[in-house]
Amino acid sequence: MTDERASCVARTVIEGLKYMPSHEWTKVEGDIATVGITDHAQAELGDIVYVELPEVGSKVEAKSSFGVVESVKAASDVYSPISGEVIEVNENLNDTPGMVNESSFADGWLMKVKMSNPSETDSMMDAAAYEASW
Amino acid sequence: MRAALRRCAKRATRAATRPHAAPRATAAPARAYADIASLKRTPLYDLHARRGGKLVDFAGYALPIQYEDSIMEATQHCRSEASLFDVSHMLGSSVRGKDATAFLESLVVADLKGLKDGTGTLSVMTNEKGGIIDDTVITKVNSNDFYVVLNAGCAEKDQAHINAALAKAKAKGMDVEFVVHSDRSLLAFQGPKTMSVLQRLTDFDLSKLYFGMFTSMKINGADCWVTRTGYTGEDGFEISVPNADAMKLAERLESEKEVRMAALGPRDSLRLEAGLCLYGNDLNEDITPPEAGLAWTIGKARRELCDFTGGEIIKKQLEDPKAIPQRRVGLTFTGKGAPARQHSLILDTDGNQIGEVTSGGFSPVLQKNIAMGYVAKAFAKAGTELLVETRGKRTPAVTTKMPFVNTTYYKPAE
Repeated sequence: MTDERASCVARTVIEGLKYMPSHEWTKVEGDIATVGITDHAQAELGDIVYVELPEVGSKVEAKSSFGVVESVKAASDVYSPISGEVIEVNENLNDTPGMVNESSFADGWLMKVKMSNPSETDSMMDAAAYEASW
Repeated sequence: MRAALRRCAKRATRAATRPHAAPRATAAPARAYADIASLKRTPLYDLHARRGGKLVDFAGYALPIQYEDSIMEATQHCRSEASLFDVSHMLGSSVRGKDATAFLESLVVADLKGLKDGTGTLSVMTNEKGGIIDDTVITKVNSNDFYVVLNAGCAEKDQAHINAALAKAKAKGMDVEFVVHSDRSLLAFQGPKTMSVLQRLTDFDLSKLYFGMFTSMKINGADCWVTRTGYTGEDGFEISVPNADAMKLAERLESEKEVRMAALGPRDSLRLEAGLCLYGNDLNEDITPPEAGLAWTIGKARRELCDFTGGEIIKKQLEDPKAIPQRRVGLTFTGKGAPARQHSLILDTDGNQIGEVTSGGFSPVLQKNIAMGYVAKAFAKAGTELLVETRGKRTPAVTTKMPFVNTTYYKPAE
């Protein structure tokens, strides 16, 4: 038991994604950006019990709140790294919000956005810079 | 996705000071490093740090909101095993002297004269309006000696209130003293396995100490004051231990295989599941005991006279339930939605506001959203259908009897 407690908490960072200081990630494919929160963020929040996502078709703005992730202890805003139109949200999270904990970089993604200003990703951090930031 | 880069160096204690987004509704917001360092520390501070506790400012103390396990796991652990909480920030005190009973009865609603020696009770200290200044557990050691535990967040105003009354009492020639036990720490040891674990550390037969009872005993060699009580709905003990022995006792208890340290996060989930009030959320100076569902704390012997502060207002409410404008209720939710939080609106099914949520969240044990709040009296009956609005979205809810989970207090067989 003591060993288990003393074990280090591994926090993952994925190469090839872009990161925000507020702990969201973006994966860019063409003019579509997939957005989620990082492994570090989900670990800090703890067990996620509810995810509030925007309507498909709505507009999001860079650095503005687009939803809320709720853990047992609190509700936290999540901020969009990019501006554009929401083309898809992860409906699976309605039934399994804990997917954000289990797979924050893959199955726990939050939304897909058709970017209106792809150059916004230029100022985002790469994996190494993000990892060095916390 | 490409291979993950694993890292170990950055531990929770550091990261805790940088939450990924500002929490909207935590018990106490996380502060920056320098601020945490300036806070008061309990004698168990080093243990919190060693266990990876995420420290926050709680009533001026650096205390963990959670350790390395999640609030979900920690809450479930307490309901099946044994959990140790550092609650040394709470204000442990004693009221002593020949007139201790009369003095304390002027401040609180409990029937202390009728309380048996070596037993305790939940009570409330009231103001001139009948509102609640603080809730407290009062133990009668004997009629000249009461052990009183008050909330840390209320410590300053409680002491001012008590000392003002004390000055008046002394001026009248009453024999009474108020003593704050800053030389002692308080550990809450909670969960179904606490009795068997604690028995390993003491010669006192714990099977004779029932819920609400108090005694002094040696635990792990230390002179402890033990009350069989808690804030989780589980069987358990609150152990007052001299500061000098606190770390040794905590480490010894924690080394037992059933035991985990538990922090403020699970403490809040546990008390909400048990339907217990958090002062500042569910109780305040504008809420009377009958409104809070705490009329039972007003001893039978005191209902006739209500000779405590604000007694005339409370007496009216006891005599005429129509004089009670609002009632505290439990809420469960029939649909999916965000957990209700403090200040979520409570609406009738036509959408008219009839109250407000005072505590709410996701229950780790029931795996669903629960809440408590105040509603206009007409809507308080269990089973009433309502709506709760959180961030503009409405979720159907129903008033529900509390506790939300079964409590397992250790009581003599009937």
